[in-house]
Amino acid sequence: MNVTTTRTDRHAVVALQGEVDLQTSPQVRKELLQCLGEAFHVFVDLAGVTYIDSSGVASLVEAFQLARKNGTRFALVGVSDAALRVLQLARLDRVFAIFPSLDDAIAAGR
Amino acid sequence: MTGGEAAPLVELRFLAAANRLRRVRRIVHGHLLRCGCADACARDVVIAVDEACQNIIRHAYRGESGKIILQLRRNGDDVVVRLIDFAPPVDPTRIRPRPLDELRPGGLGTHLIRQLMDRIEFLPPPDGAGNLLQMTKKIGCPP
Repeated sequence: MNVTTTRTDRHAVVALQGEVDLQTSPQVRKELLQCLGEAFHVFVDLAGVTYIDSSGVASLVEAFQLARKNGTRFALVGVSDAALRVLQLARLDRVFAIFPSLDDAIAAGR
Repeated sequence: MTGGEAAPLVELRFLAAANRLRRVRRIVHGHLLRCGCADACARDVVIAVDEACQNIIRHAYRGESGKIILQLRRNGDDVVVRLIDFAPPVDPTRIRPRPLDELRPGGLGTHLIRQLMDRIEFLPPPDGAGNLLQMTKKIGCPP
């Protein structure tokens, strides 16, 4: 799995690629919490996620809760079919802000 | 084990460790496709297998080293997955999914397993083993 973070002065985009599982999700959690600790608005690009398990979803939930507490934006963008399946099973597709693309997510915050 | 059941399509023996799960998922997915399972169905079974293995790693072995035996069978219209571990016996009544309206990071694995599989049973384990979890799903295509 690869985690690539792009930062601007306004937000951070954390792009995940590959399989987010029990072995790799701690890296995702660490990156998301670090971005939120830097007071960025955080968008997580899940377009390249081919698999995500409950530990990966837990990392997203923890980041979502921290963002809500801090009053910063946290959204998922470009969610792959594999990731959406698990989010739907967990009924979290109704909880997270989900946008088709990064541009859509940024535009929604203006 | 009962005498009349089919031989496993595959039997895997692996360490109960996070870094083994990717390969297990790959092998199980391949065998499910080869036995006639549609890709979407195979992916769902793989999620359930992965989450059940995680439960063994995290809650049965609790960080101690141990082994898992995975058996995958085709039984008529069903695929049957057995996971055998050698951890202390778990109390099945204590394995419950958390309510989904409680938004918190953990506890989703058991919910996913129950949503994705048709039947989940703890069976008497073989001699020397700790637990035997059997998960069954109808795959809706002839063997």
